[in-house]
Amino acid sequence: MAETYLDSTELVLNMGPQHPSTHGVLRVIVKLDGEKVLGTDCVIGYLHRGVEKIGENRTYTQFAPYVDRMDYVASVSNGLGYCLAVEKLLGVEATPRAQAVRVILTELNRIASHLVWLGTHALDIGAITPLFYCFREREDVLNIFEKYCGARLTTHAFRIGGLQYETYEGFEKECLDFCDLFLPKADEYEELLTGNRIWVDRLRGVGVLSIDDCKAYGVTGPMLRAAGEKWDLRKAQPYSGYEKYDFEIPTGDNGDNFDRYMVRMEEMRQSVRIVRQAVAGLPEGPIMAKVPKVIKPPVGEVYVSIEAPKGELGYYIVSDGSTQPYRVRVRPPSFVNLQALKKMARGCLVADLVAIIGTTDIVLGEVDR
Amino acid sequence: MSLDSAMPEEQKPEGVQGAGPAPNEPKQPADEAVPAEAPVAAAPVAAAPKPAAPPRPAPKPAAPPPPPPDWTGDLPDALKEEFGEKVSEFIAYQGQPSFVAQMDAAYEVVETLRDIHGFDYLVDVTAVHWPKRDEAFDIIYVLYSFDRNERIRMKIRIRDGQKPTSVVEIYETANWLEREAFDMFGVEFEGHPDLRRILMPDEWTGHPLRKDYGILNMDNRWVQENLGIESGQ
Repeated sequence: MAETYLDSTELVLNMGPQHPSTHGVLRVIVKLDGEKVLGTDCVIGYLHRGVEKIGENRTYTQFAPYVDRMDYVASVSNGLGYCLAVEKLLGVEATPRAQAVRVILTELNRIASHLVWLGTHALDIGAITPLFYCFREREDVLNIFEKYCGARLTTHAFRIGGLQYETYEGFEKECLDFCDLFLPKADEYEELLTGNRIWVDRLRGVGVLSIDDCKAYGVTGPMLRAAGEKWDLRKAQPYSGYEKYDFEIPTGDNGDNFDRYMVRMEEMRQSVRIVRQAVAGLPEGPIMAKVPKVIKPPVGEVYVSIEAPKGELGYYIVSDGSTQPYRVRVRPPSFVNLQALKKMARGCLVADLVAIIGTTDIVLGEVDR
Repeated sequence: MSLDSAMPEEQKPEGVQGAGPAPNEPKQPADEAVPAEAPVAAAPVAAAPKPAAPPRPAPKPAAPPPPPPDWTGDLPDALKEEFGEKVSEFIAYQGQPSFVAQMDAAYEVVETLRDIHGFDYLVDVTAVHWPKRDEAFDIIYVLYSFDRNERIRMKIRIRDGQKPTSVVEIYETANWLEREAFDMFGVEFEGHPDLRRILMPDEWTGHPLRKDYGILNMDNRWVQENLGIESGQ
């Protein structure tokens, strides 16, 4: 029992696992003094499926669809990271055309992932309309995925060494059409939110994480950029031909919820820029590199990471020379970023906690694996 | 049609496989699709072992792969100078620098890497189980430096039951990462402030990512008590 101004007592409260604003099954144990959060502890693992164990018991090819089930709103990025890691082990590189198509689909997926974030986060804060707008545009992206590979969410779009499918007739045009359509829509979301008094009051100055905090907690992705660190793996250590594209890394100043929102909005526009360049320079040629039918990488281990919509997504794969990985480790951005919640939430109000969980942009499928 | 004509050739060496679908034909004469489908389904089964057999001996006599190149540069030299025998195996497999540190020096090496060499971001801490080895666990630390734009891996090898020092005091992020390694492998980290399970339930027994923990293994008692079912399978 702590003595406070009002002589109130502390209260320990369970938020979740079934709570609409936790975007899945996250349980946060909150210690409260009135409405002020004194401390939080996350209880996770409700969605644990043992993805890494499954990986050890499947061949390299068989495991590829499983990675889509981690961050299921950005499954294309998951697949890209896994394919790049196995390709690194094999010492092969995807063909130029495959790389460009991968970039197009990954960036479209980044937009879709950010749209899900924006819509649900706005809903948490109390703005209902943006959800429908965001899902309307996301639908166009999912339609492109569906036409390309038959699946909308868990796409399994890429294969080790390149692509399974050639692009369909009119693929380029549909991507460009989406880009043309999307930019005015992004302005529309901003019109609804950026100048909105309630939105700004709820987000500005809440959930602050400085650059040093981010580095200490290993926080990456839009959250790190919102704190002001101009760091993006697509620029720092380019993969899949990202060095060929001209785009900016948006950054914030304060590392609060509002900056995270602004960074993600700008990232979607930058993704549009990348998609346009990739479509314009889409090379002809084969879509599959020379990869043996049975994938059997030599003995060794690699760590390969990509800039997923949520941050650094890494795969550490150990090969013992057989057809199955000896060990697959996934370094999930959501898991690591979520750990910083205790730092961000200390001293805020319960309602702000909801906003902070929102802008952390976690997907529990990836946190728990 | 081409498949049908190919069938007799494939059946010749097998015999037994070919005899399977044949007696089915008179039993279901009404459906003409059945005999057509059956050979198609049987063909890959019969054909599968044939092409798989010849390539197998081919890769085996191939020469062992060359050892990975050494990792050279300022950083390995500085580490060797400071820690001497306690750091070794500086290699750059597929261009990815890594080295091995002894368990008792690991904490100091990580501290030096952050404070002097600018590796201010701990990307990942994980483990690999090698049950046949005397030192049954590799603990892998992936470190990144924003200034140098470099990523390195440090590995320590420990015996089952040995406790490496926790690096939570150096990097906050190690808290959950080490908890996960403990949860999945049972590796305890000395000095960790809050070493609990993180993904598995607290009362669970066993550490799922150990190699001796089969994919169908589970804590039956926990499943029966908490889920109210006989088995999770």
